[in-house]
Amino acid sequence: MAELGIPQFQQSLSAPEADTGQALVFPDSQPLLLDSGRSLAPLTTAYKTYGALNDAKSNSVLICHALTGDQFAASRHPVTGKPGWWDMMIGPGKPIDTTRFFVICPNVIGGCMGSTGPADADPATGKPYGLSFPLITIRDMVRAQAMLLDALGIEKILCVLGGSMGGMQVLQWAASYPERVISAVPIAAAARHSAQNIAFHEVGRQAIMADPEWKNGDYALHGTRPAKGLAVARMAAHITYLSEAALQRKFGRALQNRDSFSFAFGPDFRIESYLHHQGITFVERFDANSYLYITRAMDYFDLAADHGGVLAEAFRGADTRFCIISFTSDWLFPTVENKRVAHALNAAAANVSFVEIATDRGHDAFLLDEPEMFATVRGFVNSVAAQAGVE
Amino acid sequence: MTKILRPDLAAIAALIPDGARVLDVGCGEGDLLEYLVSRKQVDGRGVELQQPNVNACVARGLSVVQGDADTDLADYPSQVFDVVILSQTIQATRAPRDVLAQLLRIGRRVIVSFPNFGHWRIRLSLLIQGRMPQTGTLGYRWYETPNIHLCTIADFLALARACGSYVEQAFSIDERGRTRRMHPNAWGPNLHAEGAIFMLATADISR
Repeated sequence: MAELGIPQFQQSLSAPEADTGQALVFPDSQPLLLDSGRSLAPLTTAYKTYGALNDAKSNSVLICHALTGDQFAASRHPVTGKPGWWDMMIGPGKPIDTTRFFVICPNVIGGCMGSTGPADADPATGKPYGLSFPLITIRDMVRAQAMLLDALGIEKILCVLGGSMGGMQVLQWAASYPERVISAVPIAAAARHSAQNIAFHEVGRQAIMADPEWKNGDYALHGTRPAKGLAVARMAAHITYLSEAALQRKFGRALQNRDSFSFAFGPDFRIESYLHHQGITFVERFDANSYLYITRAMDYFDLAADHGGVLAEAFRGADTRFCIISFTSDWLFPTVENKRVAHALNAAAANVSFVEIATDRGHDAFLLDEPEMFATVRGFVNSVAAQAGVE
Repeated sequence: MTKILRPDLAAIAALIPDGARVLDVGCGEGDLLEYLVSRKQVDGRGVELQQPNVNACVARGLSVVQGDADTDLADYPSQVFDVVILSQTIQATRAPRDVLAQLLRIGRRVIVSFPNFGHWRIRLSLLIQGRMPQTGTLGYRWYETPNIHLCTIADFLALARACGSYVEQAFSIDERGRTRRMHPNAWGPNLHAEGAIFMLATADISR
């Protein structure tokens, strides 16, 4: 049986008074079998819950986080002290109303906020896994989440929601466990990672691996950190989360704290200074090896390939209700990829809603104040709850 | 709460059996779909072009996809819906014949309602004033109308037959939205009906 534990974080807590959530530790007798053929044991899944489970255990909502997200979706982050990344979406009276629903948000495996990842000690050696950590997939992440729900005694999920990589997990949930998923909301997601997305991820990984401090992944043993490589990876990735229009609107060619060019390579432009800030703050809360492993998991994701190349087959016979949401200016997971999923669901005669929201904020819109997204999620989740008889 | 349905929509609803699997193409804000789901327990889906309408539908708990009847019907498998509805939309499609052919492929039965361009006031307006008519149901100027493929009842009947379908039932719609059963071939309704509702079946299920 899994045991309740306290999540262990690699990073120092700048908000130690924040709720650090829970962790479940699965013993060697309950290994997580991975797509690579390897297994993980013991396995820890850190998670945070909001709201209360009802007696019928019928009001569970599962939140899947994105690449650099974590379980602190709707509460203060213990490392950064910042509000939850989906604070506007989840909470009392919010679109996902925690006075009605029991919200569970797990940290993905491979992550660095308490779930088993490459920074943890390998039980075989007692040293941090580093690159001996097995390669993981989106399906492995979902399998670990299913183990968590099993241990919590939750059979059916009223709704599983997530944006970006979280949306990939949502789709995988619906494909792997259709009988457990009453409804699914993939936001700004896709059923496969595109060549362009793999390319951007590879740039990030190469930046990390080119940092001499990375030490072939064993930086923890050497007492170093590939902070510069990880920061560059984050900077490159951050550009893909925005849009040209939003960058132009927010920054244009404005200079940072100066009236004229420095004729040097310091951050003359505000956009440069902004990206540097994004890189530096990211390094404080994220592990470089986790970044390698999780980006790889996204690259490997191709739901159609798992079903004979026909995406519709992934959802054949599903009773799950879907609500797909995309954003007009998202070029990382563009509407066309989201629509592909909607079309596949139509072709499988599944119950699907598809909403495209007009915004110039790019891929990151799913994390921002987008009233149309909130109204859509609220209406959808409420109708699913009404249909399922959840008050 | 379910709103009171517009009479022409109520006439369409009356044609749909309880518990049917229904696709409403051009479902607007979902009035008909919500009525069918709540009162007739249909398994209802919608397709709607306008994003604000889609969002309104989803917020009402309906399953609606943002999409275009002209391009997105091809994704649906054949014969998965008992009834496909195209209400007051065919005149705004780019390729009405292709759309109707897709509807007949997707659904076992197809209900189409449309404004009748053969109405006497429209004929008279063109005859007397020599200007493109603007009427209550077709209140746009010619250069800004979304209704780019208007037809008369006789025109629609000819198209339905050209697509190999069979008219199971037909109704005329008067200026107050009331419906009355009609013979699809009758010349009278083509002159005095504001619009019409046709229920079509593919030839092979009508035999």
